[in-house]
Amino acid sequence: MSGKPRLTYCNGRGRMEPVRWLLAAAGVEFEEIFLETREQYEKLIKDGALMFQQVPLVEIDGMKMVQTRAILSYIAGKYNLYGKDLKERALIDMYVEGLTDMMQMILMFPFSPPEAKEKNLDSIKEKATNRYFPVFEKVLKQHGQEFLVGNKFSWADVQLIEAILAVEEKIPAVLSGFPQLQAFKKRMSNMPTIKKFLQPGSPRKPPPDECYVETVLKIFKK
Amino acid sequence: MAGKPKLHYSNGRGKMESIRWLLAAAGVEFEEEFIETKEDLEKLRNDGSLLFQQVPMVEIDGMKMVQTRAILSYIAAKYNLYGKDLRERAWIDMYVEGTTDLMGMIMYLPLQPADTKEKNLALIIERATNRYFPVYEKALKDHGHDYLVGNKLSWADIHLLEAILMAEECKPGILSAFPLLQAFKERTSNIPTIKKFLQPGSQRKPQMDEKSLATVKKIFGI
Repeated sequence: MSGKPRLTYCNGRGRMEPVRWLLAAAGVEFEEIFLETREQYEKLIKDGALMFQQVPLVEIDGMKMVQTRAILSYIAGKYNLYGKDLKERALIDMYVEGLTDMMQMILMFPFSPPEAKEKNLDSIKEKATNRYFPVFEKVLKQHGQEFLVGNKFSWADVQLIEAILAVEEKIPAVLSGFPQLQAFKKRMSNMPTIKKFLQPGSPRKPPPDECYVETVLKIFKK
Repeated sequence: MAGKPKLHYSNGRGKMESIRWLLAAAGVEFEEEFIETKEDLEKLRNDGSLLFQQVPMVEIDGMKMVQTRAILSYIAAKYNLYGKDLRERAWIDMYVEGTTDLMGMIMYLPLQPADTKEKNLALIIERATNRYFPVYEKALKDHGHDYLVGNKLSWADIHLLEAILMAEECKPGILSAFPLLQAFKERTSNIPTIKKFLQPGSQRKPQMDEKSLATVKKIFGI
C-alpha cells in the first residue's frame, strides 16, 4: 500500500471536491478511483466498503472514511488546519458550515430541471451577495489579517477560496462589491500548494457538464 | 450574565433538538428564548446576532454560535463527549453524520406535501431499517461495549438514542430486528442526566403538531 489517501468517487467535483481541495492545500498527495458504472458502485456496497452505502469514500490511515464532513474534519485536524483551540475550531466550523450551505446550491444546480435553472442561478447570486460573502468580507476587514481565523491558514480559508471560485464560474462579477475578498482570492491563489492545484494537470476537477450529470444519474439513480 | 448557554429557536424540536439533548446529557443547564413571530426573527437579524441570518443560535462562552454542527461539535468537545483523539473523533463524526441524515428525513416529514407523506414515511422506515440501524447494531456487536466509540459515552451515543426514539415515533417496533440497539436504548435511557431529560417537565420538546407547524411556516416564510 502506498500510504497515500485514496479517494473513491465519480470523475467530477460533486461532494468530493472540497476533500481534494483540502488535501491539495495541505500538500498531501492522494490517489483516486473513479466510479464509472453502477456495477462498480454495487460491488463497493457488496464488499462492505461503504458504511452507509454512499460515497465519498476516503481510505486514510487504515480507515475507510465516509461522510464528507467527517472526512474533512479529520484531514483538517491531522494537518493542523483546524485552529489552535476549541474557540478557533468553533469559528472555523461556523464559517465552513455557512460556505457548505452556499456550495450546496451550486452542487445541486446541474441536477435541477432546465426551467428552474434561471431561478436557481438568481438564488445563488442573491445568497452569495447578501448572506455569505458579506460575512467574510467583514471578518477580514475587522481583523485586517491575511487569514480568516487566528492569523493562520486553516480549513476555513481553503473552503472560502473554493467557494469564491465556484461562484465566480457562474457569476463572473460576483466579487465586485467585496475588495477584501478580491485581495483574499489573489493571496490564496498564490499560496504554493493552492497555486499548484489551480494549474492544469492537477487533480482539480472541471465544472460539471451534461456528461457528468448523466454518469451520476446512471450510477446512483434507483 | 447567567453563564448558562442560551438557545434561540422556535418552541419545538427542529434543528435545535439535538443541541438540547447534548447539553442535557452533559448535565448542562441552559436557558431558552423562543421565537414566536416573524418580528422576533427579524429583531435577531437586525441586531446582528445571526451570522448567516439563521437559527439555531446558541449564546455560549461569550460567542453567538450558529450552524447546528458547529454548535454540537463545540459542546461535545467542551464536555468531553468527543473521544480521546483524532481517530475516535473521526468515528464519532461518521456515526453522527449518519444519524443526522436519518433524523433530517424525519424532521422534514411534516413540511412535505400531504400526498407525498406516505411515500416519504415508507422511505424513512426503509432507510432506518436497511441503511442506518444495521451499522450501529454491528458496531455494538463487533466490540461488545456499552458505547459506540472508545468504551465511553460520547456524542455519538446521545445522537443515536435521539434518532432511535424519533424513528420509533414513526414506527413503534422499528427496533424489532436489532437486539443490541434495544439493549443500548434501555441502558442509555437510564443514564441519570438522560433519564431526567426523558421525564415530563424537561426541556425536551414534543413532536410537531398542526399548530406549531403553522407557526413555524409563518415565522420562516415557508
